Amino acid sequence: MKRFAVIASALLFVGSLAAAMLELAPAAIDLRGPVAAHLAASGVSHPVTAVLLNYRGYDTLLEIAVLLLALLAILAVVGEPGAARPAPAHPVLQTLARLATPLMIVVAVYLLWAGAFRPGGAFQAGAVLAAAGVLLHLAGLLPGWQTPRLRLRLGLAGGFALFLAVAGGLLAQGTLLQYPPALAGGLILLIESGLTLSLALTLAGLFLFLSRDEVAP
Amino acid sequence: MTLAFDLLLALALLWSAWRTLAAPRLDRAIVLFIAFGLLMALAWARLAAPDIGLAEAAIGAGLTGALLLDAYGVLQRRRDRP
Repeated sequence: MKRFAVIASALLFVGSLAAAMLELAPAAIDLRGPVAAHLAASGVSHPVTAVLLNYRGYDTLLEIAVLLLALLAILAVVGEPGAARPAPAHPVLQTLARLATPLMIVVAVYLLWAGAFRPGGAFQAGAVLAAAGVLLHLAGLLPGWQTPRLRLRLGLAGGFALFLAVAGGLLAQGTLLQYPPALAGGLILLIESGLTLSLALTLAGLFLFLSRDEVAP
Repeated sequence: MTLAFDLLLALALLWSAWRTLAAPRLDRAIVLFIAFGLLMALAWARLAAPDIGLAEAAIGAGLTGALLLDAYGVLQRRRDRP
């Protein structure tokens, strides 16, 4: 009886959600036109990248800050590191990981470069790089990370710092993160390169910092 | 043809989501979750949003799946040696 009541109310909820979705009014502001109209001045020819890094650059800036904060929270929670030795893995898996890693690096660089004119960009490239790091760790080739030293700290915070420095340097333009059209393409590529590296380290860090004390019981 | 593919995709999404929630074993649920993420990436690609599809495949299915599998491994090891 209880089960039927739950299923019925869930179905009712799904039905009303579907009805609400179908009756959704058109968006009050249609931004597709302005985005397309100003694409030439944004420095890139892919509208998604233009929105993420030019028109709404401060959203991306804050997203990176949130990711960095999440990693700092994990570092604070994990506590003292154990002796993290890479667990031994099957040699076939190790060889496969060794073969796949250079390919994944190439794919990441391609995604970063392609972001300017087709789907791709810093987030996807960073995620592929981070996946390569996780793969190497699972194959026992890359030990889990200890408390980060200066070089790793610089890498983790570098993308955000670079983004912030560009934003600070361009404050004279009037609006936050308003690029001069002549420099926009180069600045976006610079920021995306920094973000790719930092995002890769952050996302891989979510895995490698957490798994460092798994070998030591 | 494309309509049939979309319908199949939508059904597979719902089915894998249900199986993920209803799977009695954790490891099976995690593998089903990864499959669900990949189907979701396909759905985003069909909705003409390849950017989100790429992000979903890389972060949603790949990294989250690896994290879940790792957490499962740790849980198993703790259970074996309390």
